[in-house]
Amino acid sequence: MSLDKATVAKIAHLARIKVPEADQEHLAGELSNILNFVEQLNEVDTVGVQPMTSVAPHKLRRRPDAVTDGGVRDAVLLNAPETAEGFFVVPKVVE
Amino acid sequence: MTSVIEGTSLIQGETGNWEVVIGLEVHAQVVSNAKLFSGASAQFGAEPNTQVSFVDAAFPGMLPVINEYCVEQAVRTGLGLKAQINLFSVFDRKNYFYADLPSGYQISQFQQPIVGKGEIVLDMPDGSSRTVGVTRLHLEMDAGKSLHDQHPSKTYVDLNRSGVALMEIVSEPDMRSAEEAAAYVRKLRAILRYLGTCDGNMEEGSMRCDVNVSVRRPGGPLGTRTETKNVNSIRYVQMAIEYETRRQIEVLEEGGTIVQETRLWDTTKFVTRSMRSKEEAHDYRYFPDPDLLPLELEQDWVDAIKATLPELPDEKKARFISDYKLSPYDAGVLVAERASAAFYETVAKGRDPKLAANWTMGELFGALNKQGKGIDQSPVSAENLGGLIDLISDNTISGRIAKDVFAEMVETGKPAALIVEEKGLRQVTDTGAIDSAIAGVLAANPDKVADYKGGKEKLFGFFVGQVMKQTQGKANPALVNELLTKKLKE
Amino acid sequence: MTDLTKLTMTGALEGLAKGEFTSVELTEAHVRAVEASRALNAYITETPDQAIAMSERADAQRAKGEAGPMNGLPIAVKDLFCTAGFQTTAGSHILEGFKPPYESTVTANLWRDGAVMLGKVNLDEFAMGSSNVTSYFGPVISPWSPGVLVQRDAAETDAGFLAEVTAAIRQPRPVQEWQWSRKLVPGGSSGGSAAAVAARCAMAATGTDTGGSIRQPASFVGIVGIKPTYGRCSRWGIVSFASSLDQAGPMTRTVADAALMLGSMCGYDPKDSTSVDMPVPDFKAALTGDIRGLKVGIPKEYRVDGMPAEIEKLWQQGIDWLRAAGAEPVEISLPHTKYALATYYIVAPAECSSNLARYDGVRFGLRVEGGDLKEMYENTRAEGFGAEVKRRIMIGTYVLSAGYYDAYYRKAQQVRTRIAQDFEEAFKLCDVILTPTAPSTAFEIGANMDDPIAMYLNDVFTVPASLAGLPGISVPAGLASDGLPLGLQILGRPFDEATVLKVAGVVESAADFTALPPFVSARY
Repeated sequence: MSLDKATVAKIAHLARIKVPEADQEHLAGELSNILNFVEQLNEVDTVGVQPMTSVAPHKLRRRPDAVTDGGVRDAVLLNAPETAEGFFVVPKVVE
Repeated sequence: MTSVIEGTSLIQGETGNWEVVIGLEVHAQVVSNAKLFSGASAQFGAEPNTQVSFVDAAFPGMLPVINEYCVEQAVRTGLGLKAQINLFSVFDRKNYFYADLPSGYQISQFQQPIVGKGEIVLDMPDGSSRTVGVTRLHLEMDAGKSLHDQHPSKTYVDLNRSGVALMEIVSEPDMRSAEEAAAYVRKLRAILRYLGTCDGNMEEGSMRCDVNVSVRRPGGPLGTRTETKNVNSIRYVQMAIEYETRRQIEVLEEGGTIVQETRLWDTTKFVTRSMRSKEEAHDYRYFPDPDLLPLELEQDWVDAIKATLPELPDEKKARFISDYKLSPYDAGVLVAERASAAFYETVAKGRDPKLAANWTMGELFGALNKQGKGIDQSPVSAENLGGLIDLISDNTISGRIAKDVFAEMVETGKPAALIVEEKGLRQVTDTGAIDSAIAGVLAANPDKVADYKGGKEKLFGFFVGQVMKQTQGKANPALVNELLTKKLKE
Repeated sequence: MTDLTKLTMTGALEGLAKGEFTSVELTEAHVRAVEASRALNAYITETPDQAIAMSERADAQRAKGEAGPMNGLPIAVKDLFCTAGFQTTAGSHILEGFKPPYESTVTANLWRDGAVMLGKVNLDEFAMGSSNVTSYFGPVISPWSPGVLVQRDAAETDAGFLAEVTAAIRQPRPVQEWQWSRKLVPGGSSGGSAAAVAARCAMAATGTDTGGSIRQPASFVGIVGIKPTYGRCSRWGIVSFASSLDQAGPMTRTVADAALMLGSMCGYDPKDSTSVDMPVPDFKAALTGDIRGLKVGIPKEYRVDGMPAEIEKLWQQGIDWLRAAGAEPVEISLPHTKYALATYYIVAPAECSSNLARYDGVRFGLRVEGGDLKEMYENTRAEGFGAEVKRRIMIGTYVLSAGYYDAYYRKAQQVRTRIAQDFEEAFKLCDVILTPTAPSTAFEIGANMDDPIAMYLNDVFTVPASLAGLPGISVPAGLASDGLPLGLQILGRPFDEATVLKVAGVVESAADFTALPPFVSARY
């Protein structure tokens, strides 16, 4: 598997990481190498094998429906780069 | 130009007939105290970011733990939709970036939902029913809220809703008209309210619809569909479908093609329009959430929930038809809400069920409608309405007087008997009093008596009216008829 | 450097119990060691005031007879554990300055038991790496790096005002400085933890292990590191890398210390759905040294091509030690071993691509402005993440994307099932498995940088157990011909850390590893 620049640009967009066009070629090479490396898995016969969902041996635990958290607005906003009137603030989103 | 062909759901276009195919995805907020994966409150309307835990705000190292009651609510809803409950289901991450999605993924269920196939029976206005398939129901977390109008160049983000439990209920593309879609939403909402799993409050956003619409030639292959997102009232669901149907037929008839896309319902212009921002190819990269394990349920646990299910609208309707001999239409109206059905049953207990239905649906629902009140805010209690019907049945008052008494009950909330006593509205059944009133009326109108006897029998009504007037309407109408006939024959 | 930094935790507890010294004294000695070891770049954040305050509290508790199992012991915390009010960076620019308003469950358990925090130690960015060179805060230098301690006059290099002052009073200011002939990596990702413990500037440290991040650095610097069974330690409050693999564990200088500290770190946490609700055994009690009749599996697939002969030799040495102690070596087969790395390099990046989506410049950490929201995201993440993290996010994004999920992610999780089944089968024939920890000794900083795959190969022996969620320990077993430490790895059945520790104790006794890194021996 060999990735082209366009695919790198698409992945970078999906991952929201700006990749300057000048770097795309190099990155395409690196990522292709990794993909080539992992392609050896095709040798393994996995017909009928369940994909692993978790190595934890127990069943999913459920918690009771009680309000035990929240009400900590100041702490939630404390580390935010920009806030106003109790909101997080981001550049305008146009829908 | 398009028009609906009478008696069918087909639509007449310029180039022939079309059929519309509709499927709905309803997002219903689960009634619960706390959120799906955190202990923050799920209540509506709090100050921004005050109902947010570090889990909801996706802080580093924070982990989800599932709320048992939300799982129970989803199972209860599944059972209410007569659906298959999957004892093994999986939570997946749906990955996308948005300001109000703090973790960059929504925890949802993709390939293995908690609830599988079920069905909903629609009650159409003409009294007929129609069954629509439910494809699946899954649990997922809500996102936060972005406010775009607080600042000229900024978007404000409130995460109070982030993590609140939603059920996404997906229908089969079984509906063929906007009316059916509306009936579907109404029925689904009724079932959810009966079950107490969603309050169905569309204004507050606790129920939102995504509407999938496509058109095709009758019997032809399915057309390309569009999805109109977040339609938040039944009226808008209907309008959006009607608009989208017209638009698609026009595009196709002009030789164009339908683009599979996400559209938005514009609540000011009443049109759907393409969501440009969502046009870019989405790739949600679903995969099982490694912070959670598969959700495994015990059949016993599911059975225990099943044992506590209330009687649902369809069963109640069937019972009303068989026990109370109501028409399917009347039964359907009465069971639309659990509270109105209960109200009716209290009124009907030990009384004439048809009379009880007429008074509940006619006078009471009319009065509530006028006041914009729900059945739970009715100024007339079910017991008092029953009391009024009792007074009619035992001839204490006439049906005519009963309407005045009812108006007074709506006004004051007093029991019927008290109003009748206070105002002296008791029906006159004393033949002596009626006879003397008749004598007075006949004596006062000798010319009309002569005319009547000369063949103008229509004047009988005039005499009845005059006698009722004399008795302030309190005379028993049947008795007046009987005595008057006798007198005029003399 | 005082004698107090030479102590093991088990030894120090005896001294504290007997009143030979206080926790404040023990802590002060370590605070000075931290200062003297800055050249290693092991610590990102030093918290001396907090350390002293905690040691005072520990002494007070001991005086009241309420000393916990870790009372008064100064330790370092990998900067991946959220510590309330203290910067937690995950080694990344994107989290620089982030002060969590909460404490991770594992560190909270340690403080509950009386441990003292010296500071937050360096790591590969978001724990992604095997050499600690991907940290935004610079690489950690292994204390095993060959070099000499030289003395020079700091006044010569002073500039500006200070230069004028020192020139005026003509007072030389002697400073000691390390001159390294080669700078070696401490391994990774828990490189700061490994270096700090080996350099005696922490009695122990917390680590996390996703594909070998505790065991490989432990091997590189000659200390003990155990990754318990997945689910033993709560992941709550630990910055996630790959959720299905991440597991915390202790890094210590002895097996007894590892048993002690593991006991404090683990335990059921209702806040982590993957945490197991199981009693925590007394791990120290398991260190009986009696392994008679125990079956030790030797996986034939771990004899990989190109493995140095001396590692093979050391492995055989380990087998001989265990046989001499009464255990029975048995050959086993783990047929899918060769696919473990490829599996890991699909599963881990996939999970990380999603786990790291939350670093978006909105609620914490770095924000680099942009014209609109999308540009802000892209700028923030481009500047905030380093090259390796970006590489893994992009690989993970790719293998989950439409059309590739089945071929990569699903396939990898199927192979992972196979790998776990291999171990299940093997443990029908043996009680523990003995392997080398890493295929080499520590390499030079800068090596393998241009070839990610070569770097990934470091984890070839540690990754399979991570994929299966099994407990594994690395114990120092000897020095290679280059004078650098090598570790042996012991893997066990799920939740059987006790047997793993017991066997490790036997290896430790037999190996009698006493070599000190040059950085330490020059000071003692």
